[in-house]
Order: sequence, then structure tokens, then C-alpha cells
Amino acid sequence: MLKRVHYRPSVLPYLLVAPQVAITIIFFIWPASQALHQAFLLEDAFGTSSHFVWFDNFTALFADDQYLSSFGRTFVFSFSVAALSISIALLLAAMANRVIRGSSTYKTLLIWPYAVAPVIAGALWMFMFDPTLGIVTYFLNMIGYTSWNYRLNGTQAMVLVTLAATWKQISYNFLFFLAGMQAIPKSLIEAAAIDSAGPARRFWTIVFPLLSPTTFFLMVINIVYAFFDTFGIIHAVTKGGPANATTILVYKVFNDGFVGMDLGSSSAQSVILMIIVISLTVIQFRFIERKVAY
Amino acid sequence: MVENRPWLTFISHLTMILGILVVAFPIWVTFVASTHDTVRMTQVPLPLWPGHHFFDNLRQAMTKGAYGTGGIPIGRMLLNSLVMALMIAVGKIVISALSAFAIVYFRFPFRMGFFWMIFITLMLPVEVRIVPTFAVVADLGMLNSYWGLSIPLIASATATFMFRQTFLTIPDEMLEAARIDGAGPMRFFFDILLPMSRTNIAALFVIMFIYGWNQYLWPLLITTDNSMYTVVMSIKQMIEAGMMQPQWEMIMMTSLLAMIPPVLVVVTMQKLFVKGLTETEK
Repeated sequence: MLKRVHYRPSVLPYLLVAPQVAITIIFFIWPASQALHQAFLLEDAFGTSSHFVWFDNFTALFADDQYLSSFGRTFVFSFSVAALSISIALLLAAMANRVIRGSSTYKTLLIWPYAVAPVIAGALWMFMFDPTLGIVTYFLNMIGYTSWNYRLNGTQAMVLVTLAATWKQISYNFLFFLAGMQAIPKSLIEAAAIDSAGPARRFWTIVFPLLSPTTFFLMVINIVYAFFDTFGIIHAVTKGGPANATTILVYKVFNDGFVGMDLGSSSAQSVILMIIVISLTVIQFRFIERKVAY
Repeated sequence: MVENRPWLTFISHLTMILGILVVAFPIWVTFVASTHDTVRMTQVPLPLWPGHHFFDNLRQAMTKGAYGTGGIPIGRMLLNSLVMALMIAVGKIVISALSAFAIVYFRFPFRMGFFWMIFITLMLPVEVRIVPTFAVVADLGMLNSYWGLSIPLIASATATFMFRQTFLTIPDEMLEAARIDGAGPMRFFFDILLPMSRTNIAALFVIMFIYGWNQYLWPLLITTDNSMYTVVMSIKQMIEAGMMQPQWEMIMMTSLLAMIPPVLVVVTMQKLFVKGLTETEK
């Protein structure tokens, strides 16, 4: 951690860390502690006074059906996004790893959706699936599916935001899988081939197990992505609707805090979200330590 | 390749091409939409082949803007986005390099305390602390300014980590040699450490530029003045332009303009981008 050869204590190191630490305190630690404090307060109807209510905000949340269903919805959404984007990316990476000619062209053509902002991804998919104008809606009508309207149908709205979120994440997973596959020693694959294992069998018994650390890492990253970074997609495409069908946790924090002005409840939700992020980060770090021990 | 199976190779290519077509289809639709006029964009089925109005739409977007953005031209928003993204990327790199230098090369009281404090920021995305952070920025009078857009986002645990890793790989002999030649700490930092981490800085810049450019919730909260809007957040305003049917050709033109800079960065600096991605996440 510290270099064997290093400088003695002086004022300089404090000056060096000062900007980072100042910003961290002002914009991270102070607001986070405010959120923590707020979470234990209840404001009266006019927002003029507030008093300490211990865990009332939390118990209220867990007694609230809307919050609990938002919780469940978030998990369904995150796992769908993670599972879909990981399997598509794994398939594409396996194929890209096989081909010799054109492999770098394929890579270039697949990675750029990473750079598209979530809200723009949302706008694109919203446009394609527009109930009256959308090009995909038109194709759906052509094959006889005429009941597409994500503005009225909650399940369809969920499908739409899941697709948009998945689309944006494929490139990221693809890059990590491809790098992981290229790191697998060729000799292992060749040895299996000599033992007359076919391509499919080699993939499932050698490549896939060796990729499991990458898959696990991507699982965590994708879930965190779906929890937080998809805010733009939800906000632009469905605004949590119809009838809260796409209100995921992070959207609810925003909506209750900024639109509903229910600071106590919004802060309590923030605290719960922080706990979720922290546990996900801990899981990820523990896993990285284990990988180092390999 | 282990063995020659032409059939399987064919399937691989086919899957790749299909995959790319599916991934690229939304962009093609966007591009096509931006080349047609308003009348064509309200007729079902929408076109799948480009029209002739690309430059008309481009001119209108750059000079007049679209519904929902208060008459602010997209050009102005692109400038705002650029300034914000650059401030965030450069800011993150500068403060993280400095703090990683202090943590790796100096022994001083509370060293690990500072390290953990920075580490905590990794765990707190803007989304989970928006209300109180907004209050802090409002109290500091930083609403509707470039400072407000960028400063609260420039503390970075990821960048600090990456610099720490990089500095740890630099041999101890470098510092010993610099000392013998009589260089002080800052001289060592600027003349040896920074040049030696050039590629890492470039890779970090690519990632952080994209991060900054694509910010959505934060600009949405702290800009109320139309002239401070960023292009990414303006998409949302356009979709919701009053009672009118969304002006799709303008929205798609704006989407196109908003995604070109980061996509160009990724495609032209692919190697650095991949390096940045794999190194900052681990």
C-alpha cells in the first residue's frame, strides 16, 4: 500500500489530498449523513417542524404495499436485464472468439452502444415501439399482434424498459467476456480437442467454467447498473407508469423526494438503497480477493 | 482455431452479423428519422430509408432548437455538455492523481483514514442522495452554473484506485534516483510519475469523458435556466413538449448529435477505452 521508499510526514500530503477530501465531505459525506438523519425524522404537513421518530419511516415503508411491490419489481427488472444482456453477450463473445477474419471489425461494431446515454437509449426504443407510429409496432401489427401499447399495459412497459436497458449493456459484457476468453490458454482447448471433445462440449466443460469469475463479476455490475443507471430510461420512457408498473426503487426515491416532497420517506428509501449498494460492493470485493488467491 | 469446421465458422459469422444488425437497428432508425420532414414523420408506416431533409433538420436544430427546450439551439447545449464533460474528466483526473500520490508516497497520520473516506464515495451513487446533495448545491449558490454541474461529481474513488495501482507498479528506484538528483516531491510527481502513467491517464480520460457527457439526473435537477441545459437532458424535455405529438425528426436529430461525440471517442480510441474499462472496474 505504502511505497517502501517514501517521503517523511509534512504538510504537503495534506494539501495533496485536500481537494478530494473537501469535495467528498461537502458533496458526499455531509449529504449522506443528512439523508441518514432525515430518515429518522417526520415532518408535519406544512414542512415547518419535524421530530425524531426512530424507525417509523422504515416500518411505514415495509408496511407499504407500493414500496414492497417496487422492491419486487426492481429485482425482477435487474435480474432480467442482467440475465438477458449476459447471455446475449456470452453468445456473441463465443462467436467472435471463434472467427479469425473480421473479428476486430465485429468488435468495433458491437462496443459503441456503451457510449450512448441511458436516456437516449430510452428515447430510441420508445420511438421504435411508439403505439401509433413506431416501426416495430407496425411490424407487430403486420404479424397480427395488435394490442401493443406500453402506455396502457404495465407488462409491456416493463418489457420495453428492460429491452432498452439490455441493449445498452450488451457491449460492456461482450468486452469483458471476450477478454476473458482470450485469456484462456489455447493448450487447454487443444488438449480437449485431441480427446475428441466437440466445440459445444469444449465450451461448456472448459470455457464456461473458466469464465465463471467474469460472469459473477458481470452479474454484480449489471445488477448495480440496472438498479441505478437505468433511471434515465425509466424517467424518459414511462415515468414509472403505467400505474407504477415500472417504478423501480431509485425512481421512487426521486419521485417521493422531489415530486411528492415526502423527505422522511425518501431519505429512508435512500438509506435502504445505500445499504444495498454497500452489500453489493462488499460481495464484489470479497469475490475479487478470492480470485487473487487462485 | 483448433479444427476446421466451415459450417460452424459460417454460423459464427451469421450470428455475429445478426447480432450487429439487431444492435445497430435502433441507430439506423434514428438516422432515418432525422432525414425526413415533419409531415412524413406522422405517416404510418414510418420510413426505413433516408430522406432528403437531413441538412434542413440539422440547420433547424443547431440554430433554432426544437419544442420543449425554450428556443435554445442544440449547438448551445452541445457546448454545455462539452464543458461539463471536460470539467468532470479533467477534474477527476487531477484531484485523484494528487490524492493517490499522497497516499502511496507519503507516510502521514490519518493516511488510511483518508483512503477509506475516499473509498466510501464509491458506494454512494448520486441517485441515492439526490435530495440532500441538491440542498447543499443550492445553499452554495451553484445552481445553473458549470461549477454546480461538475464539481459535485468530480470526487472519484475509481480514479484514485486506478492511480494508486499504477503508482504501485512504478519501481522504487525511480524515487531513489530522483532524490539523488535532488528533485523534490512535486518535481518527482510532474516529471516522472505523470509521464510514466500517460496511457492510464488517457484511458481514464476516455471513460470519464463518457461518464460526464452522459450525466442525466444531476443536470436535470440543478439547471432551471434554459441556457444551461445539456444536450442529453434536453431529449426528455423534447419528448414531453406540451400537448403536441413529439416532433420525432428533431428528437432523433438531437439524439444523434448527443451520441456522436461519446461514440466517436469510443470508436477512435478503442484501445484506450477497453483499457480504461477493464482497469477502472477492478
